[in-house]
Amino acid sequence: MSALIEFQDVCKTYHMGDTVVRAADHISLQIQKGEFVAIVGQSGSGKSTCMNIIGCLDVPTSGTYLLGGEDVGRMNKNQLAEIRNRMLGFIFQQYNLLPKLTLLENVEVPLMYAGMPKAERRDRAKVALEVVGLGDKLKNKPTQLSGGQQQRVSIARALVGEPAVILADEPTGALDSHTGREVLSMLQKLHDAGNTVVLITHDNSIAVQAQRIIRLEDGRVVYDGDAHAPEAVVTPDLAGKGGAS
Amino acid sequence: MSFLETFQLAIKNICSSKLRTFLTMLGIIIGVCAVIVIVGLGNGMQGYIEDSFADLGTDSLTVMVMGRGSSRSVSEEDMYQMVADHPEEFKQLSPSVSVSSFLKIGSDTVSSSTVSGVSEEYFSMKGYEISEGRGLQYTDISGRKKVCVVGQYLNMAYFGGSAVGQTLKVGNTTFEIVGVMAAESDDLEEGGADDCVFLPYSTAARMSYTGSINSYTVTVQDKDRIAEAKTLVETTLYNIFEDEDAYTVISMSEMLDTMNSMVNMIIGVLAAIAAISLVVGGIGIMNIMLVSVTERTREIGIRKALGAKESAIMRQFVIEAATTSALGGVLGIAVGYLLSSVATVVITSVLGTSLTVSPSLLAVLVAFGVSTGIGVVFGYLPAKKAANLNPIDALRYD
Repeated sequence: MSALIEFQDVCKTYHMGDTVVRAADHISLQIQKGEFVAIVGQSGSGKSTCMNIIGCLDVPTSGTYLLGGEDVGRMNKNQLAEIRNRMLGFIFQQYNLLPKLTLLENVEVPLMYAGMPKAERRDRAKVALEVVGLGDKLKNKPTQLSGGQQQRVSIARALVGEPAVILADEPTGALDSHTGREVLSMLQKLHDAGNTVVLITHDNSIAVQAQRIIRLEDGRVVYDGDAHAPEAVVTPDLAGKGGAS
Repeated sequence: MSFLETFQLAIKNICSSKLRTFLTMLGIIIGVCAVIVIVGLGNGMQGYIEDSFADLGTDSLTVMVMGRGSSRSVSEEDMYQMVADHPEEFKQLSPSVSVSSFLKIGSDTVSSSTVSGVSEEYFSMKGYEISEGRGLQYTDISGRKKVCVVGQYLNMAYFGGSAVGQTLKVGNTTFEIVGVMAAESDDLEEGGADDCVFLPYSTAARMSYTGSINSYTVTVQDKDRIAEAKTLVETTLYNIFEDEDAYTVISMSEMLDTMNSMVNMIIGVLAAIAAISLVVGGIGIMNIMLVSVTERTREIGIRKALGAKESAIMRQFVIEAATTSALGGVLGIAVGYLLSSVATVVITSVLGTSLTVSPSLLAVLVAFGVSTGIGVVFGYLPAKKAANLNPIDALRYD
């Protein structure tokens, strides 16, 4: 069986003035269906680029990205929008809910763009909000909620379309540690229910919640394996000290 | 995402910033309102002119004979013959002689009255009715009798309503009043349609210097064939005079057409000027939509990340602009109707004429269509900008 997410020699370069930035430098990796993977790296390591490419918000400069066997690099903007809608559920650091819409309407948005009839949409959004424990606040506006609750809404929105991949970008970054743990345990539950979860973070303590860690540095994969192996959480500084001792 | 849902979304966004939307729409409101009032005013003017001309008779031709010295002339017999020869075109004919001598009633000199000499048929041609006594008769004409018919104004103002049997003087000649015309206009006023005296044309012609008749009124069988009738009169007169400058034939309906086309042109120019404010209003909408796109960059990013295609974003913003603009159009139509009725009242009370400012349905439909169209046209650029936003940049935007 082919992998759900497959990077083959993916490169992404940006031009900043005269200098060329290699945000992704020949990355190859595979993520299977049902995995819980954390992509870890410092800022500038290329993890955001990686997440944009996995999320079909951007396409590689060179190399091939296959999502569910489809070559994303060859897609036009409309096809990218469609595959995002069908295959991906996003959870953002800043929740990115639409402030003028109610929670129910917010969760309905991906289904609306999928062209689902209104009644069915409403039912599914309601179920998704009940799953994240906000079934009693359907008509509230996002601004009436705490950060943790807003992030739960965005989780509901991510899973409502039953996407192949749930992509969480620093989902706990704006939360205190307590609510952050709640959100993580919710991701854990999603994984237990058979979803593929990709977590992007700079924080090792968060990354270890996953099964597998892919560590990036300067656009390259420096570690890819079990999240509980000691090398997985080693920072460059410590690695240097470890080498010296 | 269906059209209806996009429309509902647009309404929601418009409602969430009412003041801004209203100010944005103001240009469109003023433009549509101005166009509607101006077109309404034009309709009113046209109606007023048509009413005025209807009094003069749009089925009649006025023939003025200047003559060519003494060598050739046209007599009333020639003219009557012409009418008799072409019964399919002409209905009736009356010579009309305007009398410049002063009118004296008792010891009063009345200078405001129109005194003219006409035939017995003149009253039926003009649709005038006699309320008391009798009209002029053939024997009055042929016998050159010194009788006359007066308008209701003179009857009321100088004879206390019992003019029949009394006398008045035109120049030095005394005439007996044999009839009183029914009131032509609603209010009897000096110099108005009811301030008139009609004499037999034969009597009147003798009082003028030349002794000849210089003007005729001809009515036609068919209003729509008035141009042909006019040509026929002209041909007949040309055959007599062999000189186009010797006569003039005026058709009231032609004059009405000329007046109408002039009014239409003026209204067209004014409406075009008013329409400029529609364009200005459209630019206002574009401006606000551009600001709105910038403000909502993040929203656009989120929507795109969640699977909105460019066409969906595009449609959302175009429909929002068109809705704003169309809403402005509807308000403009409402305000336009309101101002039209206010203008009618003001014009009636200030000018004393009954000019009704009546916006036409066509103008309303066009105004609504144009304002919606403006929204689409001027909403296109901001919508394109929104649709082309890169989702990554848009998501990062604060």
